[in-house]
Amino acid sequence: MALVQTSKDGALGVGTAERSGPFAQWVSRHAAILLLGLFMVLFPIIANDFFLRQIAGWTMILGMIALSLMFLAGYGGMVSLVQMTVAGLAGYMIAVLGVSSLPKVSLFWPWWAAVPLAIIIAVAFGTLAGALSARTEGIYTIMITLALATSFFYLTLQNWPIFNGFNGFTTIPAPNFLGVKWGDPVPLYYMILFFAALSYAAVLYVSRAPFGLALQGVRDNPRRMEAIGYNVTAHRVAAYAFAALIAAIGGILLVWQNNQISPFSVGVDVVINILIIAVVGGLGHPIGPFIGALIYVILRTFALDALVAVGLDGRRFQMLIGLGFLIIVLFSPDGVIGLWRRWTTRMRAIDGSQRR
Amino acid sequence: MTTAFGDDGRIHGAGRGDAVGRWVGHHPIWSLIIAVVVIFLLWLVFAPWPAGFEDVFGKKLIFINALFNGITLGGLYFLVATGFTLIFGLMRNVNLAHGSLYLFGGYMGYEAGEWTGSWLFGYVVAFICCAIVGMAMQFFIFRRMEGQDLRQTLVTLGLSIIFSDLMVWIWGGNAIQIDTPDYLEGPVPMPIVVAVKSSGEAVLLYYPLVRLVIFAAAVLIGIAMWLALNRTRVGVMIRAGVDDRDMLSVLGYRVQLLFIAVFAFGAGLAGMAGIVGGTFQSVSLGEDSHFLLASLVVVIVGGMGSIPGAALGALIIGLSEQIGTVYFQNYSTVLSFLIMVIVLALRPQGLLGRR
Repeated sequence: MALVQTSKDGALGVGTAERSGPFAQWVSRHAAILLLGLFMVLFPIIANDFFLRQIAGWTMILGMIALSLMFLAGYGGMVSLVQMTVAGLAGYMIAVLGVSSLPKVSLFWPWWAAVPLAIIIAVAFGTLAGALSARTEGIYTIMITLALATSFFYLTLQNWPIFNGFNGFTTIPAPNFLGVKWGDPVPLYYMILFFAALSYAAVLYVSRAPFGLALQGVRDNPRRMEAIGYNVTAHRVAAYAFAALIAAIGGILLVWQNNQISPFSVGVDVVINILIIAVVGGLGHPIGPFIGALIYVILRTFALDALVAVGLDGRRFQMLIGLGFLIIVLFSPDGVIGLWRRWTTRMRAIDGSQRR
Repeated sequence: MTTAFGDDGRIHGAGRGDAVGRWVGHHPIWSLIIAVVVIFLLWLVFAPWPAGFEDVFGKKLIFINALFNGITLGGLYFLVATGFTLIFGLMRNVNLAHGSLYLFGGYMGYEAGEWTGSWLFGYVVAFICCAIVGMAMQFFIFRRMEGQDLRQTLVTLGLSIIFSDLMVWIWGGNAIQIDTPDYLEGPVPMPIVVAVKSSGEAVLLYYPLVRLVIFAAAVLIGIAMWLALNRTRVGVMIRAGVDDRDMLSVLGYRVQLLFIAVFAFGAGLAGMAGIVGGTFQSVSLGEDSHFLLASLVVVIVGGMGSIPGAALGALIIGLSEQIGTVYFQNYSTVLSFLIMVIVLALRPQGLLGRR
């Protein structure tokens, strides 16, 4: 456990704790994440609506969905491509059960009825997908979950009675309650921030709780865990259920942020982008997916202008993403976090040799 | 399961007839069900439908057309999926760029056809071009990360993104139709009665010749591959490699050469399938993920790494898609999806797969 602790601290770039009270120690140990939290809370003061919505909002939502993948892949060893589909299903259910511009399909339930049911349906789907793919191992998971995700995309594309086919749903408003219009940029930002921080903390907590440790044991050696008496399949399926919960919340926030959902929100390229975000950020720590999402969102928002400025075709954005991903996979399999960890250990080694 | 019935799957020299007989002996109820279904299907195809029947199931012509379309589509899926399953079986490499290779083959075949005016020459060009790309992928990238399944898969993913963007760059987003050559143009009569006119005259089914020819070619390729795998030295090496590639390389065989050859062959088949798909439907943006999905589902249903499994899976998925489009318009994808779920629940290794 101590080993895990120090490596986690190393990831966040915090030096050795000084000898002082337990509170001060705790603060200095978590300084980086506390500073980040403070910055995020105060961010609306300095940022305009564009940065709140297009950069911060998207980063945290995509980060949450990628976080659910990171949890499964990093701690469970199961690279599930179905997480975006779980999020998309939750979003679709919000549109179907709640309010949209399509009275023919939507049921116009109030948000407090639509949201829980949407989450339940999405989590049930995610758990079922997990139960199916947990029966096979390793690389099969990618194939099965990719097939599930692609089937769902084609289903939404061709199904009109429930998913409204090609067009999907538009004008899906975020709810108003507690006297706040949650669709406005600043309240929506705080709602997204709250859930992103909550899911980050939850993943961090679960990864150190007995269940998370058992899951990591299952990842490293399923046969030995089975022999000790752990139910390997049950742990895997439970991990899928937990990840699906995070993805479902992310999907609902995505619909409220975007105000619409269509088959192209759950298309194969989007599903793959979530994997790219998680892998580029790094599968070793829950902060990774958010870093990956930030890089992706910044690229997506500014690459077009940047490419044109350099004299290239702005439409080659997708190739830029592909090349960046390929470089990361080829040269730093543990993502940006891995680069950071290696850099800090090297710095520390240089530091140590100088001190001597 | 494998220990109890392992024998019948693993004996190769003792004759296939024996194995089938033993399977029937072990599974009397399943054999009966399969026999009844086959007889019923034959009756559906060849007998004229009774009057009440058409009210429930619609016109016989529609059903027969869906059946034929499904079987021929299965032939196309087999061509795509067999390369995928071969590469996966031997190298444990889930080649997510397989759909891109399919699309690339389609475009190259189209270009070759435009230049030379020969449809058949397009197949040669598509096969060679895709084989070269496949060889390059195996030689320059995957050879360096052997045994790292996940990393290889992620690399194929990155490559598929780059390939599809390159193809959009070169050929644009518009769909391209590959013309059927004149000698295969048009429908031909089939010995199947689809309806009886009031005058008592029988109406025969007319079906596009090109689809029949391509299906026959797919069957021939399948048989040739089966023979190559089971009767030649290279085939023995490939089968040994699927079972235990470390052992094969320890025995002194040049596994790397074998890997490159299999990758080239699988990629080349996908490229040829691209022309078939371009003739059946069209070559266009997004077809790469469609055929990647088809390969995935076919291989999951049929059994990973098994070529007879790919044939069976391709037939099932092709049929379910076409029948589904005719009879359950809004849910036809769900049908193949359900088949996949049922197979995974009952036999996670696929219908003809081995653990």
